[in-house]
Amino acid sequence: MARNITYREAVNEALAQEMERDETVIVMGEDNAGGAGSPGEDDAWGGVLGVTKGLYHKFPGRVLDTPISESAFIGAAIGAATAGMRPVAELMFVDFMGVCFDQIYNQAAKFRYMFGGKAVTPVVIRTMYGAGLRAAAQHSQCLYPLFTHIPGLKVVMPSTPYDAKGMMIQAIRDDDPVIFFEHKALYDLSGPVPEESYVVPFGEANVVREGGDVTIVTLGRMVHTSLEAAGQLAADGVQCEVIDLRTTSPLDEDTVLESVESTGRLVVVDEAHPRCNIATDISALAARKAFGSLRAPIEMVTAPHTPVPFSNALEDIYIPDAQRVVNAVKTVTGWSR
Amino acid sequence: MVTVTDDRIVLVTMPKWGLSMQLGKITAWAVAEGDEVRVGDDLADIETEKITGTLEAADAGTVRRIVAGVGEDVPVSGTIALIAPPEVGDDALDAAVREARAVIEAGVPDDAGGAAELQTADVGGRKISYAGAGEDGDVILLVHGYGGDRNSWLFLQEPLAAKYRVYALDLPGHGTSVKDVGDGALGVLADAVTGVLDALGAGRAHLVGHSMGGAVVLAVAARDPGRIASLTLIAPSGFGAEINAGYLRGFADARTRRELKPVVGQLFADESLVTRQLVDDLLAYKRLDGVDEALQALLGTLLDGNAQRGDSAAALAAVLAAGGGAAPVTVVWGRADRIIPAAQAESVPGAVRHVIDGAGHMPQMERPAEVQAAIEETIARAG
Repeated sequence: MARNITYREAVNEALAQEMERDETVIVMGEDNAGGAGSPGEDDAWGGVLGVTKGLYHKFPGRVLDTPISESAFIGAAIGAATAGMRPVAELMFVDFMGVCFDQIYNQAAKFRYMFGGKAVTPVVIRTMYGAGLRAAAQHSQCLYPLFTHIPGLKVVMPSTPYDAKGMMIQAIRDDDPVIFFEHKALYDLSGPVPEESYVVPFGEANVVREGGDVTIVTLGRMVHTSLEAAGQLAADGVQCEVIDLRTTSPLDEDTVLESVESTGRLVVVDEAHPRCNIATDISALAARKAFGSLRAPIEMVTAPHTPVPFSNALEDIYIPDAQRVVNAVKTVTGWSR
Repeated sequence: MVTVTDDRIVLVTMPKWGLSMQLGKITAWAVAEGDEVRVGDDLADIETEKITGTLEAADAGTVRRIVAGVGEDVPVSGTIALIAPPEVGDDALDAAVREARAVIEAGVPDDAGGAAELQTADVGGRKISYAGAGEDGDVILLVHGYGGDRNSWLFLQEPLAAKYRVYALDLPGHGTSVKDVGDGALGVLADAVTGVLDALGAGRAHLVGHSMGGAVVLAVAARDPGRIASLTLIAPSGFGAEINAGYLRGFADARTRRELKPVVGQLFADESLVTRQLVDDLLAYKRLDGVDEALQALLGTLLDGNAQRGDSAAALAAVLAAGGGAAPVTVVWGRADRIIPAAQAESVPGAVRHVIDGAGHMPQMERPAEVQAAIEETIARAG
């Protein structure tokens, strides 16, 4: 039975149901229990934005507070995964991933390959990304392109509560390392989510709006920005097809290409910096494999190639908004040789 | 409710398709002001959260006013157009339009009650979901087919509720009911139907079963014929060897939208009814824990190699042999059924037969008005 819960609650419910189902699932990270050992405060936080709140009492001993040392506890989670556990480690902000990059891209991502398929690494690294929280340059980045670049990692970024629960359950049951991106600005988004456990498979994009004039490929928070733009454009008679990639690795090329082949026009909307991001990746895919279908140059809507500004006014301008998507769509529909 | 000063004005209202529907959006009008319409003509395409459908005219006449525009959200039962003879004056029409606009602009009333309350019966430890509509009259229980759920009846349940108490359940392995179907035998499914009748306190009831649900209601009736007031079987399974086994296995095995969509298309005469939302809803169901196992187990009940398993004719014979107050039986089939051929309607002894043009395996979705008429006629025969 589906009822409306928030994105935050959806992730929490997925964790709770999988911990109930499989005792090898453990949760670890900074303040995930919330200061265990402090009387009266031992379940106060549940992570910095409260996603794991309540798990500590349901699963005592399986929600671990870690020191503020990402290089240590991400390495520990990866090691535990190779030894038979299914850890879900919370790395507060993706911006902090740099200090544990060796553990992730040179170890976790390579084990299956280096050990001839004999090792699996079923670790999930949950992390927050994205601008909009007035958290400035070191707490607001969209670093998913870095991880998408590395073979051996699965990179997923749910845009709705429904996807958040199903993709978290899939991530935990998956035998490969999964980097699970949660946009800070989506935590309070509410939507229908079944009470039962279910999975959303990786590598299947979601066509969230159908239309025949322009394809908008997007992901994460920008799905909602793109839908807002598509709604405005529909009032002007321009029908956009909006595709939520859901996962960047694996990537559902077929859904993107089929749509571009039918519309002939492509706008890619990505909150990441514009160089070597998902927008450039999707643009290259379409230019190479759907070249004959394109009726206009591809447009990209991205953040600028600058750090995320601390100034509120500048941060608001930095984040792509619906107006910029509308403008890009009008550029491709109005293009003539 | 809009009051009219001239009783020749007919209100065309937003239909209620499915118990949870509160709002509908008109995506296109098929008529314009001044057009003549006959009963059954297409009036408008309407989109709900669940489904897109076509509203047909229930009355003949001239469309005098279109009240709700394309893209506008209208509460269920809100007036969207007015049909009236040409001699009705503009003043009366305009007054009705003003009232109707006020209803639309007020939106969904706070006391609308939200989604119809889903109820749960405990049947031998298995949780069975069902939902009802209607205040008075005989009890009708609607039983869906393989891979379906209570929403299979969304075009029928509300219209029938005007005269009857109409319930639809989710069989085990389906919808929001328990996903465990044991060995998948028909008896497990029949227990769920009997359990819901018990929970409703219904001594006698009219049963309507679609496809596999047809075999299920026959199994229920054969066990306890005295409890069944009438049977309406819609493309029931088990009346002949021929069945589209490729469809059944394709449905059970499909993992992605790409695999599922062409399979589901075979259900309908008009494949354009297979909206993305329909496929997405089915995928979301198939991805619930336990559903895969349930669908595979039920395949063993429905199929023997590539032929149909089961003997619905024997079950029906047992019902008819009960004598005395044997219940009237009707069989409804879509002529363009690509899952179980409509010719099998001839193999249902002692039944009144309706073969419906322009419908595939889902006549209750493609031709709901005709299926509704067949059900009501069967109930009338029960006396």
